[in-house]
Amino acid sequence: MSDDAGPVHDADPVHDHHSTDDLPAERSADVARAEGDPVPVGHRKGMFGPSLGGDTSGYGGLERDILFPGASAPPYGGYFDDIADALSAATGTAYTEGVKVTIDRGEMTLHVDRDHLLTVVRALRDDPALRFELCAGSNGVHYPGQTGAELHCVYNFMSITHGGRRVRVEVSCSEEDPHIPSIVEVYPGNDWHEREAWDMFGIIFDGHPALTRILMPDDWPGHPQRKDYPLGGIPVEYKGATIPAPDTRRSYN
Amino acid sequence: MSTQTHEDLYADGEDLGAPVFTSSGGDWDQIAADAATLGEERIVVNIRPQHPSTHGVLRLVLELDGETVREARTGIGYLHTGIEKNMEYRNWTQGTTFCTRMDYLTPIFNETAYCLAIEKLLGITDQIPQRASDIRVLMMELNRIGSHMICMGTGGMELGATTVMTIGFRERERVLRFFEAVTGLRMNHAYVRPGGVAQDVPSDALDRLEAELPDLRLGIRDLENLLLENPVFKGRTVDVGQLDLTGCMALGITGPILRSAGLPLDLRKLSPYCGYENYDFNVVTRESADAYGRACIRIEEMWESLKIVEQAMERLRASEGEPVMVADRKIAWPAQLSVGADGQGNSLDHIRNIMGESMEALIHHFKLVTEGFRVPPGQAYVAIESPKGELGVHAVSDGGTRPFRAHFRDPSFHNLQAASVLAEGGFVADVIVAVASIDPVMGGVDR
Repeated sequence: MSDDAGPVHDADPVHDHHSTDDLPAERSADVARAEGDPVPVGHRKGMFGPSLGGDTSGYGGLERDILFPGASAPPYGGYFDDIADALSAATGTAYTEGVKVTIDRGEMTLHVDRDHLLTVVRALRDDPALRFELCAGSNGVHYPGQTGAELHCVYNFMSITHGGRRVRVEVSCSEEDPHIPSIVEVYPGNDWHEREAWDMFGIIFDGHPALTRILMPDDWPGHPQRKDYPLGGIPVEYKGATIPAPDTRRSYN
Repeated sequence: MSTQTHEDLYADGEDLGAPVFTSSGGDWDQIAADAATLGEERIVVNIRPQHPSTHGVLRLVLELDGETVREARTGIGYLHTGIEKNMEYRNWTQGTTFCTRMDYLTPIFNETAYCLAIEKLLGITDQIPQRASDIRVLMMELNRIGSHMICMGTGGMELGATTVMTIGFRERERVLRFFEAVTGLRMNHAYVRPGGVAQDVPSDALDRLEAELPDLRLGIRDLENLLLENPVFKGRTVDVGQLDLTGCMALGITGPILRSAGLPLDLRKLSPYCGYENYDFNVVTRESADAYGRACIRIEEMWESLKIVEQAMERLRASEGEPVMVADRKIAWPAQLSVGADGQGNSLDHIRNIMGESMEALIHHFKLVTEGFRVPPGQAYVAIESPKGELGVHAVSDGGTRPFRAHFRDPSFHNLQAASVLAEGGFVADVIVAVASIDPVMGGVDR
């Protein structure tokens, strides 16, 4: 499965573990996504001004990567270290092989390889030191620029036992092989959330009891919240002027 | 008149091999008589989304064995409007006008959760002025009262208690009048904005609210007197829609349903936001884990909300004149509103400034209103305690002026999964009570 998982979660084995002696400074310069380095998830052209029509701003040729916060090295601070230690102890090799930690904006994200998702999630629920009783659902995000890991599924967990600790688990898969194991057998309340992610993003949750569309009609073609799915806006005429649909208006992105 | 066919109405007239009755209202006797002649023990009843007691456009498919529900399935999506997708095509501030329409009974909560997520992404959470947070708390708690009023009111109506419904709507109107005085709109306010709130509370609004509060108290008391010891209400709700703590935890249920099973989980206490740690209030729980317990919790939560409202008003009186928007002018919305002779509109002082006095102010206004502010790349999840449970917002930014993704974890959506557990094994008449005790709002469920 490693050939279709994404660069975020399954890069080469050099930066797949998080021991303290494995700091970015010791890496060779050609490692693009070393620990601590931001992760490019897309590409942005231009700076401002309309994306349609001629480039009057002169900034149209500007190209930049969209950089997401990269993996963090321990210590993570606060209760994040407790979570990392407990999870590492509970899952063993699954943690060293399949989990990357990102600490950003006071939130902990565990980038989990899909092969190890169920192991990690079960430990999150059952381990006394973790005890994330509530899964506040999951949702898809589509990063078309992240080749090989376009589709992400993001789960948010909360522990009541440990006073409202929160952790986020992020799993990715490619558009060609959009399979992620279902966690419904561990968190039954995630049923509808996975159906929604299937409906909106086309992520197939293996092992889900009844993966059917939930918001769109059963025979709907396509998955509407993918970035390449058009908004389908229609222009509106008002007092003689035509207001273009939101997806065809000029965009400042 | 009812019609009887053998065709599957949803699959191009395919023969189902079993009779299908279509009711058009007022024909129950005939359907019952026809069904009785078939001699079938088990009947599948499809309560279509337009049925008035399904709490909005919720579809229920019930498999009945006599009066007992053997299987209950819920169908949703009839109110899906693609709000999350639409938000990706508008700037961050415009998103508030979209998300306020999701769960249309809790607009302030949707806006606040969304704005808290943006503020977390921007890293300005601790720069939000105290007065803005206090206004948010005041509006949220009033909104909680309004939402619970509708829950009790429509729930009562579905039991046939129309007085409960009229009281519920009448009392909510007091809240909405205050909302209108503050935001200009009864619903769909777009009042809470990234960085603070759209504008300060009008000078006389707090006095008007204070004058309204005694009547609101009487209204809550009315509901209490009318329902809580009412033998008919108790007969319909006690031990109906049972979901014990184990079931709640397995399904990840939050809000009044979880608290009716005895667990005092309230995000306002567990992980305070908007300064809730400075307010004195109690988390209400019951042990009965049934629809009656949930009704008691909702009524008592209104009293607790009133306690918070009073404290918030006191704080707002003390902070008169302080800013309600973040100081960073690169984020703070430049347009100012005021109430003129013809209603609420753009502040003439602000128009005079940008049109007549300062070219730079005009450019700044234009850039921020049309283009919006940029949010550094990354993601954030913020959860608040809405009247229905945990309302979470997962916001992803790609560094642009629009949300890359804004997902709302609506409590109604999640909790509605419990509908089949609440209904199965009970009587068909109790399904309506059980669903009403979840308090699902389809605008939030379907988004």
